[in-house]
Amino acid sequence: MKKFSYVITDELGIHARPAGLLVKEAAKFTSNITLKCGDKSGDAKRIFGIMGMGIKKGNEVTVEAEGSDEDAAIAGLADFFKNNL
Amino acid sequence: MITLHGKSVFGDICIGDIVFYKRKERVIKRYRVEDTDAEINRFQAAKSEGVIQLQALYEKALQDVGEANAAIFEIHQMMLEDLDYHESIINIITSQQVNVEYAIGVTADNFSAMFSAMDDAYMQGRAADVKDVSERLLTILDGTDTSNTDLNKSKSLDNPYILASDDLVPSETVQLDKSKVLGFIMQKGSANSHTSILARSMGIPAIVALGDELKPDYDGITAIVDGFTGTVYIDPDSKTLEIMKQKQAEAGEKKELLKQLKGKESITLNGQKIKIYANIGNTSDVGTVLSNDAEGIGLFRSEFLYLENNDFPTEEQQFLAYKQVAENMAARKVIIRTLDIGADKQADYFNLDKEENPALGYRAIRICLMQPDIFKTQLRALYRAAIYGNISIMFPMIISVQEIVKIKEIVKEVKAELTAEGIPFKDNVETGIMIETPAAALVSEDLAKEVDFFSVGTNDLTQYTLAIDRQNQKLDPFYQPHHKAILKLIKMAADSAHAEGKWIGICGELGADTSLTEEFLRMGIDELSVSPSMVLEVRKKVRETDLSK
Repeated sequence: MKKFSYVITDELGIHARPAGLLVKEAAKFTSNITLKCGDKSGDAKRIFGIMGMGIKKGNEVTVEAEGSDEDAAIAGLADFFKNNL
Repeated sequence: MITLHGKSVFGDICIGDIVFYKRKERVIKRYRVEDTDAEINRFQAAKSEGVIQLQALYEKALQDVGEANAAIFEIHQMMLEDLDYHESIINIITSQQVNVEYAIGVTADNFSAMFSAMDDAYMQGRAADVKDVSERLLTILDGTDTSNTDLNKSKSLDNPYILASDDLVPSETVQLDKSKVLGFIMQKGSANSHTSILARSMGIPAIVALGDELKPDYDGITAIVDGFTGTVYIDPDSKTLEIMKQKQAEAGEKKELLKQLKGKESITLNGQKIKIYANIGNTSDVGTVLSNDAEGIGLFRSEFLYLENNDFPTEEQQFLAYKQVAENMAARKVIIRTLDIGADKQADYFNLDKEENPALGYRAIRICLMQPDIFKTQLRALYRAAIYGNISIMFPMIISVQEIVKIKEIVKEVKAELTAEGIPFKDNVETGIMIETPAAALVSEDLAKEVDFFSVGTNDLTQYTLAIDRQNQKLDPFYQPHHKAILKLIKMAADSAHAEGKWIGICGELGADTSLTEEFLRMGIDELSVSPSMVLEVRKKVRETDLSK
């Protein structure tokens, strides 16, 4: 299992559009990808689950990937968070 | 005439007839099915069709309203394909042995309830998206269309109209012929609901959250939507109509002016440049500063922090306010004036004595120098916030070099304390003074050596030069804002500043007086700071001025 942490800087937090983009990005990998924030967690491939977490600016999230392409998944998602959130 | 109040999402005015759009109510029946697999197949087929429809809507919206607005349909696609959504629907079908329509209805209710319960207004607004997606599936399943596809074809819609409804969902707004919509008035919704986002991108007035007072019976009735105040006038009387037409025309001129002048330099015909900044009195004014295209903030009155409080505002409170404005203005200059309490601005907790001549009394920098604790708290907040943008600090009511020397001592102490505490701050912050006493103008050659800039406060300068109490209306006949004495003092200060290579601005009301703009330009004034609504008019005047003649 690989993971990284990131503090959200986007004013609106993970709102609909970035949640959609995140799902798209996560779907590129076969690994199970989990998003954690405080005591909540959600599957990064499920848009309702992510939006339902209500992640806001300033929140720290941890992204965990487990599976055959976990290294690539973490690298890809780390870039995604930096560029979009 | 009936007057309704709601939340405005775009400041403009429109006048027209209301078209009240009412959705047909969908009744979802629950019935038992034997073959749940067949129901699941119906769901899968409807979902595939839904995805195709949404793809088409995305393409259409991309052309009509741009990528940012079209993205919602891509998100709808993802919602439709979301595993949680699927699992919920399929689970209800199999466990309860019920029809797919019922499973979709229950799932939509549950998911939208989840969004409605979130503590974030934006996310609450997304409940409508879940409903919209589910409605699409139901429409595909039973072939009845509850959406407004027929709205565009309706009888009265040859003329532009005001669209009223409870709240519109994305798939409804995308099908609208937007050239016909003058404005939106909605019973529900928030600043983040889809209708609001669309109204802002279309640049048309919209008022949401009007409540049930906005009745379907108003269909066909003339109304005025005033997006500046959040007011809707149903069946307006002739007097209101006249006033609002006037207001609409002014807003139109303003818009036209903005179109011509936004992003343009404030430069005379012969090439002399001047900066046009805006005066503000609260953090919430930054929006109007930016929408009027001011090049910076020339006077940020910090008094609001003191006047809105029942006790001295804390360093943190002040820091956050200054930081917010600096960040919102990005790289543009923000000149913050330190506390200017006293005279006509009083806060009880200062416990200021009653004075015979408050305008000549214990006020502004005099309080700060006599009560350095109050001053230090503000300075700490300012130097800390300066990291986050382009902040300058300006001191009011200066009459001599002596005060500047004292200010500098206090600033030095503040910096030493922050350094000792390991708190980050910006060391080299531009500092300037107000020229608002005749004394300051008369000794400006000495003052210019001590500071980075001057800003002329013409209101006080006029009152002190002409010995006319600003609060006394009886003296109006004697009040001469263009008095030669005032202009001479400004010229003197400008020459002193320039002789030392410093810059000078004007932040009082005279700065916005376009009959003086040319004279100020000839004096070489470097900056004019005016109320946000005057920025473009002054810029227009500058661009029409030719100093070579």
